[in-house]
Amino acid sequence: MALLAAVMVSPSPAPSQTQQPAPATPTSQATAAAPSQQGGVAGTVASPFGSQAQQGGLNLAVLDPAHGGTDPGARGTGGIRESEIVLDFGIQVRRALELQGFQVVQTRQGNENPSFDDRSATANAQRGAVFVTLHISSTGLPGTARVYVNSEIAPVADSNGLIPWDRAQAPFLGLSRTFGDLVQGFLAQRFKGSPESAQTASVRQLRTTAAPAIAVEISSVTIEDRAELDRMAPGVADAIARGAAAFRPSYVVPNSPGALP
Amino acid sequence: MTPRWKFLLIGGLVFIVLAGAIYFPILRRRVKRAARLQQQSEEQARRELTQPIAINPGDPRVKTKLFWASDTIDSTLVPVTVELPLSNDPVLRSKQVLNTLLAGPVDAELRTLPPDALLLAFYLLPDGTAIADFSEALATSIPSGIVSEQLAVDSITRTLEANVPQVQRLKILIHGQEVETLAGHLDLTGTFAINKKPVQIPARPVPTPSSPDKPATPAGDKTSGTLAQPERKP
Repeated sequence: MALLAAVMVSPSPAPSQTQQPAPATPTSQATAAAPSQQGGVAGTVASPFGSQAQQGGLNLAVLDPAHGGTDPGARGTGGIRESEIVLDFGIQVRRALELQGFQVVQTRQGNENPSFDDRSATANAQRGAVFVTLHISSTGLPGTARVYVNSEIAPVADSNGLIPWDRAQAPFLGLSRTFGDLVQGFLAQRFKGSPESAQTASVRQLRTTAAPAIAVEISSVTIEDRAELDRMAPGVADAIARGAAAFRPSYVVPNSPGALP
Repeated sequence: MTPRWKFLLIGGLVFIVLAGAIYFPILRRRVKRAARLQQQSEEQARRELTQPIAINPGDPRVKTKLFWASDTIDSTLVPVTVELPLSNDPVLRSKQVLNTLLAGPVDAELRTLPPDALLLAFYLLPDGTAIADFSEALATSIPSGIVSEQLAVDSITRTLEANVPQVQRLKILIHGQEVETLAGHLDLTGTFAINKKPVQIPARPVPTPSSPDKPATPAGDKTSGTLAQPERKP
C-alpha cells in the first residue's frame, strides 16, 4: 500500500552519472522529493523550475539503455549480454535523434545500473521529453523489433494537478500509444515479421515515467553472431528518431516538468 | 594387396560410412528423447513430492482451457482444451489448473513457464482478489525479456480467467514476497485484472479420471482469448 500512497512526481535532480544537456538547478523542494527508494519517499509539488527548459515544442528525448552494472539483462549462449548491446544501440539512437534535432539525455553512459526510479526521475525532471527504454529479448523471432507501451493504469484522481509517482504514466498513456505506433510503424517497414502497431505490457520502467514513453525490444540474444544484432542498430535508431520526429505535432509540451500533458 | 582385396576394403569402408550417416541422426534423436524423458520424470517426481494437492478422481471431468505459446504465431498464446477432473471449490480448482499449466504442454517448446517453477500457495480473498505464490524458479529460470515475461503472466491470468470465474484479479508473489519485476521487466507490484466479464464454469462430466501432473493433451481448440490487463488501485 505504500506504493499507492501519494508519492508525487517531482523535478528531482537526475543521477550524477547521467548526462544532461544543460546543468540542472534543483530546488530544495525538488531535492526533498527525490525518490531514493521505490515509492518510499513522499513527494511534493512539481516545480516550474525544471532542470531543462524547452523552447518551441518537443526537442528532448530521454534514452534509457536498460540494465547495466551487476544486472546484465538477457544473456545468450554465445556470451551476448543485453546490457552491453543496448548501450551500443544507444549511441546510434542518440546520433539519429540528434540528426532529427533532438537533445538527448541518457539514463546511463557506462556500465552502471540506476534503479527504475532513478531512470524515471531523469525523465520526469525534464519538461516535455519523450522517453525510450532499449531492450534485447531472449526469445522471439530473431531480427524483429517490438515497441511496448504500458498497459492500462487507473487514471489520476488528484485534482491538484499532481501526478502520483507510482502511476506517473497514467495521463500519458494515449500519447505513449501514438508515439509507440509511429515508431513501430517505421520498425515494421525495416524488419520483416515485426508487428504493425505497438503492443501493451506492464513494463515496470514505463509506469513511473511522466512522459510519452515506450520500450523498444529487439529479438534476440539467442543468435550466435552478435554482428547480426549490430546490423540492426542503424535501422532501429532511424526508426526511433523518425518516429519521435513524426510525433512532434501530436505533443503539446507542458509548462513544467512532471506536469499533466 | 590384390586389386580384389582393395575393392572389397574400399567397398566395406563406403558401406560403414553410409551406415553411419544413416544411423547417427537416428541415434542422436534417441539420445535427445531419452534426455528429455529423464528430465520430465525428474520434474514429475519433484512435483509429486512438493505438490500433495492433487485431483480428486471423484470430481467431475470438465473441459479446461489452458493457455500455452502458439506454435504458429510468434510470441502469442493459444488456448488448448483438455478434460480434467476439477473441484468446484475455487481455490482448489485454481491450484489444479495452475499446476496443470506448470506441468506444461506435450511439446516443451510451447511452454510459457519454467519447468522447475512450482505453485507454493494460492489464496482467494472474499473480494475476488487471488494471491498466487510461486517458487523462485518462476523468476530465475524464465527467459528474461518483456515478451517472454508478458507471455508467462498472460498464460497464468488467462488460464485462471477461463476456468475460475470467482477470481477477479491476481497478485503474483515469488517465494512469499512481493517483487518489483518478474525477471527485470514485467511489473509485479500491482494486481492483474481478470474476469472482467463473468465466465461460465464448463461442467461436462466424463467417466475416466486422469492426473493433472501429466502433460496435457490438446483437444484442438485454437481460438484466441482476450488479454488480461494489469490493474492498479488508485
